[in-house]
Amino acid sequence: MTVAIDRATGKRRGDRAPRPGLVQRVKNGYQKHWYAYVMIAPVVIVLGVLVGYPLVRGIYLTLTDANSLNSARTIGVNHIDATYKFIGLDNYTDILFGPTAYDRFWSHFLWTVFWTAACVALHYTIGLGLALMLNEKLRGRTFYRLLLVLPWAVPTFVTVFSWRIMLADSGVLNQVLGALHLPQPQWLEDTFWQRFAAIMVNTWCGVPFMMLSLLGGLQSIDSSLYEAAEMDGANAWQRFRHVTLPGLRAVSSTVVLLGVIWTFNQFAIIFLLFGPTGAPDAQILVTWAYFLGFGQQPRDFAQSAAYGVLLLSILTVFTSFYFRWLKRNDQLAV
Amino acid sequence: MSTTTFEKAPAGPVSDPQPRSGRPPRRGERRPLRAALLHGGLAVASLIALAPVAWLFFLSLGPDKDDYLHPGKILGKLSFSNYSFVLENTGFFDWFKSTMIVALGTTLIGVFVAATTGYAVSRMRFPGYKQLMWVLLLTQAFPIAILIVPMYEIFGQLGLIDTYWALIVINCTTAVPYSAWLLKGYFDTIPFEIDEAGRVDGLTPFGTFFRLILPLARPGLAVAAFYNFITAVSEVAFATTFMLDDSKYTFAVGLQTFVSQHDAQWNYMAATAVLIAIPVSVFFYVVQKNLVTGLTAGGTKG
Repeated sequence: MTVAIDRATGKRRGDRAPRPGLVQRVKNGYQKHWYAYVMIAPVVIVLGVLVGYPLVRGIYLTLTDANSLNSARTIGVNHIDATYKFIGLDNYTDILFGPTAYDRFWSHFLWTVFWTAACVALHYTIGLGLALMLNEKLRGRTFYRLLLVLPWAVPTFVTVFSWRIMLADSGVLNQVLGALHLPQPQWLEDTFWQRFAAIMVNTWCGVPFMMLSLLGGLQSIDSSLYEAAEMDGANAWQRFRHVTLPGLRAVSSTVVLLGVIWTFNQFAIIFLLFGPTGAPDAQILVTWAYFLGFGQQPRDFAQSAAYGVLLLSILTVFTSFYFRWLKRNDQLAV
Repeated sequence: MSTTTFEKAPAGPVSDPQPRSGRPPRRGERRPLRAALLHGGLAVASLIALAPVAWLFFLSLGPDKDDYLHPGKILGKLSFSNYSFVLENTGFFDWFKSTMIVALGTTLIGVFVAATTGYAVSRMRFPGYKQLMWVLLLTQAFPIAILIVPMYEIFGQLGLIDTYWALIVINCTTAVPYSAWLLKGYFDTIPFEIDEAGRVDGLTPFGTFFRLILPLARPGLAVAAFYNFITAVSEVAFATTFMLDDSKYTFAVGLQTFVSQHDAQWNYMAATAVLIAIPVSVFFYVVQKNLVTGLTAGGTKG
């Protein structure tokens, strides 16, 4: 892989040879790389304006007491200027150590971590299992693949509503359970079952992406490796352990990272499954932050943004450690 | 990477010629049971994948809003009345229009922008390359909570609240970074000799990109398009917050209007959901052949 990239046409040996003066370097760099910069310019500009600026602005908001009553707003023809004031780190101390810190932040934090770990583990194992099955020579595997990708193709909000109907008190799932004389949990009311249902629905939604990515990874493993392993007398488990898993490393490390990030920030499923105000204990940090900023009156913009900053910090720290760990294990695909 | 694999593959059992107990020595001999198990497993999984959607379709045929509680009764009175109600008496076509404008806009702009970026990071090493890759990854981690309030302010000041542009641009910010990653992986699999050949024949870097590389990258582009489209259609939080005029609701917002606190019209909701799933499935069907190839490259090359 690296060999191929090193042959990139843009890369010149001269890049790292003698270092001329700064002005000359900038000029050379510009001449050498201007088309690269032109090509990435749209993304850089859009991300800068729509992610960079709001980020800075959002961080500033977290240092104020902004809410919907004191922010700039327009009512009819009257424009009212913002009156919120700077209060330093009070929002953070309040969230992390205030009197309601456990109820509001830490309990949601623990649940979010559990939710992410459980969902990604399920996504990965089920996705890998299905990918392995789809990778066998089998009649009708294109058909199976089409069906199995369906949860990904139908928009999340459609399927989440479908799950909501099925999980309702006397919905079909409980009717089936009742017919089998099994207990019929209150899926959408009882905290434990709410969480269970959320993980179940998210697993259902997230498996196809993992499955397809891993299937792609499986197909890129050289089949001669399997033949060699078989010649050496490796049994199925050994072949899986020593050929398949190492062959999937690059793709696994990428999809697991993306899976963690996406699941940690998964908004739609919990938001739609329980409605905007239902299930306070099953809210993960993202939906809880959205509730603070948009789901209540007055809207607490500052606290909502502070949650956002905390979430982003958690993910950044996680990603850095993850990369360091990957690098140490030489699994990095980037 | 292949070298590590070879090192790790156990070389020991070569000296052990006997087949293990209970295990046929050749693959071919355990086919029938194996195939049955595979078919069984895949069939069950497909059923689970299909069930919620199929159930939704079934419920959409029941004319009363409480029919979901007694699905058995639906069989006796199957009708398409929900569909005609939704098509005639709700904002369905407005929602359809909004969703398509937003989704196709996101797809077109997003894929194009992601392709140029993906190509740049695949072929060129420029100062700032590493930082760009890192930023692309990190934008995936941006929770809406931190962006939504400032974005609301910015769009408010620009007069973009309640416009399609707001949603298109926002969807691009979430979909483009991942698409660029994906496409970088795909471009990496296209031989660099092609670029060199193009350059020798006198094409500019942009000419090489447009005339040679883009046509070759179709599977990758298809996956990126699918991802952009799905992201845009499924986006809930921003669409809920930024679209105020009910004629500009996207499906994600419009569908919620059937299920308010006081009145849940599940039958209309189900019919609408089925109608939504149709265009998306068509789009999916068009690109599905390319999905695995496209994701492969993206996945293995990261």
